[in-house]
Amino acid sequence: MKFHFKTDYDQDIRLFPDWWNFSLYAALLVLALSLPLLIDPFFLGEATNVLIWAIAGLGLMLLTGQTGQVSLGHSAFMALGCYSCVLMMEANVPFLVAFLLAGVITGVVGALIAVPALKLHGVYLAIATLALAILADDIIVLLKTWTGGVNGKMSPPIDLFGYEINRWNNPIEWYYLTLAVVLMVTLFYRNLLRAPLGRAFAAVRDSEISAQAMGVNIAQTKTIAFGISCAITGLGGALMGLFAGAFNNETFNFLLSIQLLMMIVVGGLGFIHGAFLGAAVIAFLPQVLSITTDMMGRGVAIPGLESGVFGVILILFILFEPMGLYGRWLKIRTFLELFPFARKDMFKRQKSYLKTERLR
Amino acid sequence: MSLLEIDSVTLKFGGLTAVNNLSMNVEEGQVFALVGPNGAGKSTVFNLISRFYTPVNGSIVFDGQDVLKMAPHEVPNLGIARTFQNIELFHQATVLQNLLVGRHRHRKTNMISQMLHLPSVRAEEREHRHAVEEVIDLLDLQPYRNSRIAGLPYGVRKVVELGRALASKPRLLLLDEPASGLSVEETQNMRWWIDDIRRHMKITVLMVEHDMGLVSKVCDRVLALADGAKLAEGTPSQVQSHPKVIEAYLGTNAVSKGGKVA
Repeated sequence: MKFHFKTDYDQDIRLFPDWWNFSLYAALLVLALSLPLLIDPFFLGEATNVLIWAIAGLGLMLLTGQTGQVSLGHSAFMALGCYSCVLMMEANVPFLVAFLLAGVITGVVGALIAVPALKLHGVYLAIATLALAILADDIIVLLKTWTGGVNGKMSPPIDLFGYEINRWNNPIEWYYLTLAVVLMVTLFYRNLLRAPLGRAFAAVRDSEISAQAMGVNIAQTKTIAFGISCAITGLGGALMGLFAGAFNNETFNFLLSIQLLMMIVVGGLGFIHGAFLGAAVIAFLPQVLSITTDMMGRGVAIPGLESGVFGVILILFILFEPMGLYGRWLKIRTFLELFPFARKDMFKRQKSYLKTERLR
Repeated sequence: MSLLEIDSVTLKFGGLTAVNNLSMNVEEGQVFALVGPNGAGKSTVFNLISRFYTPVNGSIVFDGQDVLKMAPHEVPNLGIARTFQNIELFHQATVLQNLLVGRHRHRKTNMISQMLHLPSVRAEEREHRHAVEEVIDLLDLQPYRNSRIAGLPYGVRKVVELGRALASKPRLLLLDEPASGLSVEETQNMRWWIDDIRRHMKITVLMVEHDMGLVSKVCDRVLALADGAKLAEGTPSQVQSHPKVIEAYLGTNAVSKGGKVA
């Protein structure tokens, strides 16, 4: 069992509590950087896909896991990020500018949409945002002149400082591009968590009433959370569209939001690690399923199998492991660290029967 | 001029008058208690000061500033901090994080600098942490710094909530039943802390409390409420032996027998 002897406040503020922890993440980074040498281009493409899902998931995690606002409308923001990025690239805006600007645009629109949604809580917010996701699908079709409607759009080639990045010709560069975005987003996310804003998010999630009594402006905090969350998801959407090569309204239909939400629940709500674990599940499950059906000796795909299995997994997690994959890992780690002193109910959530009457 | 001046405040929920034409003044440096039977409107007075409710008429002035003109999240900026009767902590967060939320009103950095973790953010975090450590030392919360609220016993949660309010360095502290649900020993600690808060931290305390033992030991002034209206106001012993207070608690018969509210 480790014991941290602390002599400085910075030890709690730093990203990594100790050298061991730092080395673990450094090793993970080295592994991520050397991945192209270790696996062939097909699996590298899959790894890129996982990272793209993780970016979009981090966006939703900030809103749902950190601030406690459930959104089923994030496919709309992925679409907005993607279309705005591609449209700007077609207007000869340099890729890097178009990409970051797409994030900013999505963030601003997300924050604006949050304003009327502020009064809604829990399942009502989920339904309102779901309507947004369904609406986005139709809007893409209606704005045929810009979006190409149902025929969709081809992603333009990415030109980064005069160097062309193409998924088929140079998957390694694509992978590094995605990895860079992942690192940037994760760093920003972590920084927010150790600052007043991140604590305000948690305060809004756990008790709006006492957050207010501590001086947290609920409306403003939720708006900011929506804004940042949508910006990150927009970046994820832009990468997803560009990586797919071609996209239309179907690429960003509302099922994507549900997959995104399922992903962060399965990964572990409220944990950065959860977004990555969930992304791995979401990205690899279709492959695993097709390999299994092949082995079962059936040449044709079973329609609806994928969504069915997704649904079953989600139900199982909510019933048996609400803290998700990362929560399960935390439990195993605690068990091993404290062995043999870990207690069975250490992670059991205590029910609180006394609640301050919800005012108004 | 008093620190907190409540003048003829009335609050109605439909046909029910929760607070009826209540006036009271809390002086700087006082420990002031609101007592009264259940449903008398004590917590409602707190919720009026926190701006969770808006009164039908009357005024609430804190240090010359009109509280009723502010939004609920602006009230703490005046230097008013509070606790809740049923403990409203951020239960998925650690004790340290909860106390740091108490520092929210002292933040100076903006969203972008926090995202980039600029040196100014780091410096501010150290400052917040230092202020929080002082509270942890006062309340003996050292063993719980990194425990999540969800796993802590009731008595400790009560202290953490007091700590969160203190971390905001308020001028007026509203304590809603600080001793409810505490053991005799914990109540004793609470009494010493309230004394320390008044003497050393120079914070004015307004509290709602049923434990008359605690009230008579720590309070300078007591106001008794029943059905939203003021019954009596004065020193603890004056209020305890006031005929109307005895009537409200024990019935009319007790008055003629010369009873006293314990």
